[in-house]
Amino acid sequence: MTTATLPLLTKKDFQTDQEVRWCPGCGDYAILSAVQSVFPELGIKRENFVVISGIGCSSRFPYYMNTFGFHTIHGRAPAVATGLKTIRPDLEVWVATGDGDALSIGGNHTIHMLRRNVGLKVLLFNNRIYGLTKGQYSPTSEMNKKTKSTPYGSLDRPFNPISLAIGAEATFVARSIDVFQGHLKDTLKHAAGHKGSAFIEILQNCNIFNDGAWFSLTEKDARSEHILQLEHGKPLVFGKNRDKGIRRKLDGDIEVVQLGNGVSESDLLVHDAHHPRPSYAFLLSHMELREGFPTPIGVLRAWDEVPRYEDLIHEQLKEVQDKRGPGDLNKLLRAGDTWRVEAR
Amino acid sequence: MATTTDIPLPKTKREVIDRAVIRFAGDSGDGMQVTGSQFTNTVALYGNDIATFPDFPAEIRAPAGTLPGVSGYQLHFSSNEIFTPGDAVDVLIAMNPAALKTNIADLKANGILIVNSDAFAETDLRKAQMTSNPLEDHSLDKYRLFSVELERLTKTALEHLGMDAKSISRCKNFFALGMCYWLYNRSMDSTVRWIEAKFGKKPLLVEANKLAMKAGYAYCEATEAFQVSYEIPPAKLEPGLYRNLSGNQALALGFVAASQKSGLRLFQGSYPITPASDILHELSQYKDFGVITFQAEDEIAAVTSAIGAAYAGALAITTTSGPGMALKTEAMGLAVAVEIPLVVCDIQRGGPSTGLPTKTEQADLLQALFGRNSEAPIPIVAAATPSDCFWAAMEASRIAVKYMVPVILLSDGYLANGAEPWRIPELNELPDIPVKFETNPVDFKPYRRDPQTLSRPWAVPGTPGLEHRIGGLEKQDVSGNINYEPLNHEKMVRLRAAKVEAIAQDIPLAEPEGDSDGDLLIVAWGSTHGSITAAVKAQRQKLGGRGRIGHLHLRHLNPLPLNLGDILKRYKKVLVPELNMGQLSWVLRAKFLVNAIGLNKIQGRPFKQSELEQKIEELLD
Repeated sequence: MTTATLPLLTKKDFQTDQEVRWCPGCGDYAILSAVQSVFPELGIKRENFVVISGIGCSSRFPYYMNTFGFHTIHGRAPAVATGLKTIRPDLEVWVATGDGDALSIGGNHTIHMLRRNVGLKVLLFNNRIYGLTKGQYSPTSEMNKKTKSTPYGSLDRPFNPISLAIGAEATFVARSIDVFQGHLKDTLKHAAGHKGSAFIEILQNCNIFNDGAWFSLTEKDARSEHILQLEHGKPLVFGKNRDKGIRRKLDGDIEVVQLGNGVSESDLLVHDAHHPRPSYAFLLSHMELREGFPTPIGVLRAWDEVPRYEDLIHEQLKEVQDKRGPGDLNKLLRAGDTWRVEAR
Repeated sequence: MATTTDIPLPKTKREVIDRAVIRFAGDSGDGMQVTGSQFTNTVALYGNDIATFPDFPAEIRAPAGTLPGVSGYQLHFSSNEIFTPGDAVDVLIAMNPAALKTNIADLKANGILIVNSDAFAETDLRKAQMTSNPLEDHSLDKYRLFSVELERLTKTALEHLGMDAKSISRCKNFFALGMCYWLYNRSMDSTVRWIEAKFGKKPLLVEANKLAMKAGYAYCEATEAFQVSYEIPPAKLEPGLYRNLSGNQALALGFVAASQKSGLRLFQGSYPITPASDILHELSQYKDFGVITFQAEDEIAAVTSAIGAAYAGALAITTTSGPGMALKTEAMGLAVAVEIPLVVCDIQRGGPSTGLPTKTEQADLLQALFGRNSEAPIPIVAAATPSDCFWAAMEASRIAVKYMVPVILLSDGYLANGAEPWRIPELNELPDIPVKFETNPVDFKPYRRDPQTLSRPWAVPGTPGLEHRIGGLEKQDVSGNINYEPLNHEKMVRLRAAKVEAIAQDIPLAEPEGDSDGDLLIVAWGSTHGSITAAVKAQRQKLGGRGRIGHLHLRHLNPLPLNLGDILKRYKKVLVPELNMGQLSWVLRAKFLVNAIGLNKIQGRPFKQSELEQKIEELLD
């Protein structure tokens, strides 16, 4: 299939007539806009897109995408999408989910979808709060967070979604931010090109219940100091003046170094998103928890050598069919030991 | 070779009888299920009618020799049509004291008792909490006791093979099986074939098991241990080609057949659970039929993956037992709301909670009817016998795709593991399951209903021009858009209910067996079919027209047959025997204001024919 044979699709073709019902100023609008801009560029017929979601603010997403869409139940979107994909591996299936949906109630399905490497693109909207239920802490909320359900502060250690995905053997793991439209679109396109499970954490602002959760990364003055933008094959440099970098230590750990005074970019780690082993990406995913380290965004891991689950299923079906021939119901019913009772 | 019998041994003679009930009982590790199913296969192949009742503990290996570790397999075989595995046992094979203790009460007086006397040392007795040796204390005098040194005799027969003691000991069940083949004059051929297929890669085991079985047979012949051997001629079943089929096998075949007849790919999302796992084992073999089996990470993923597959246009099923269906509850509500075809098979077991995983019960009927939040009606189909599971699977599939609705299929542990002869149907005897996917984009509305069935179109992803959104939020009638308006909600609730009610027009009217009016109607559902049929037949024969009894066995539990109310009025009394606290009774009382009398048993076991007959007699008195 080439784009030449396809009708030219535009962003407008992916908008629905339904009134968008997110709060004014919600980061979800920006994500919706980015996805609606990227879909027409993928060279895929509109009827072959399916958007599946669970429950939560993010999960209203399918209603606003003029594709096939299924708003399912809390946490189960990856499982619904897996069933769909096994029957129709040819469809382009995207899952819209949130930090509560994917990591709390649906945590089990998220990790199992990733380990199976089902060919799904997962957009995890992470606003570190429960929005639709009006402001309880989420599994990504920082400790000691005061919310409606934790007036004295939350006591749970948070998940890092990226670490979790890598730990679950995800083959594509990326992070972007709602307000970085260009970066977000690029990241979505990267994900679209990945065959297996593509997991994208999108840092998203909930301006009602958790406003400013990501300000240290999004505010103009602060962001270049706190963000490390990953690019495959490029050294890990960050800082307003691009004067800091990440260097490998002798014990295998990493450290932040100041460039200059004999330290140059050639001393730094060079980003390798395609490394078959996940340990390097995992190390990067944990940086932000450490004092003085930046938060990485971009594609942490894109290792596409693992077959997709749905392809394996159909290969196995074909293998057996090639060997045994197509199933014959009459023979199946008469299989094994049989005996005949004669009329008398 | 020494045997101990209490009576002198006359020359053996062959006696022709019309039925026998045999039970193999031993430790979980003694291979009783294999032994029983081999004997079953042999007599079925010979042409007897059969009914089986495997009864085993939930533990894979409870401590050897203890009472909880006893595993049993009962077979009723006959030259007549039979409906139950039999109340009382004619022949009991007890491999150890625990098996003897837990099973002896069911052996008929003067019944044949074959005991492995090598397993009655003091430590064995202690494990079974016995204080004296029953083989010596005359407590078994009312039975025909055959103490056989199974351990030693098997060892003698296999000595030359050079196997270790443990492996030799494992063959003793085949020695016992050989004895039973002699006792009932049966050929060992089919078991020999089975041994060869099963252990083909281990020639030593093939040899050992064959030798042990033949030694058991030869032992009976040489020692003339039994005074008589028996002959049970083939049954006069409806002519045709037969095979032996368990309920779970039948379900699997039924769904493959439904897939073939509908032209839809079969998808099974399932999480292993007793007693439903065998359906997954069966279906995972049928890749040549394009069947996709998905062993999900949990029960919820099992049902939701099936919903995803149905959304994509597959014939989607999920198979489980009561605890699993409890977990699927919310997703089943989603299937109701988005009006997607789905079959949920609940192979019921004893509960609540984990309950009795390997024992049977019918206590999920109300869960099936009502176990979801809000108004979420689901059609329910129940299988009545092991082979009937085949037809129930086809019927559930037919309703699901025709009405775009989730359907619950109720089976239970007794049907799942029990087996009976099945007359294999010709393909043209199978119902057609027509399916139409929506393809027309002109004025397409995802919730526009077929005026007759009230079902909405099945518009699968990938169809040009049909892009639309569905979900668990309330939908506007016709358009399917999100809608919270009060009157629309009431309309949608009523439409979903009316759609399920409309299925009543599409199922056969109820027709009682036996007398079509009179003194007593027995209304029942599911696996009680066999024992009720047998009891009603016996009682009608006994009464010779002095009491008029009908038996109505419901295949459809939601909606109920349209004429059920009328039928209930034709009898003076209505009896509802159930393996629960009275769930169908409750429904009949609520719906028809009828004085349904319950006969309720909650012991993890099926009804005995005698229990039903006793109740019938009491009610007709």
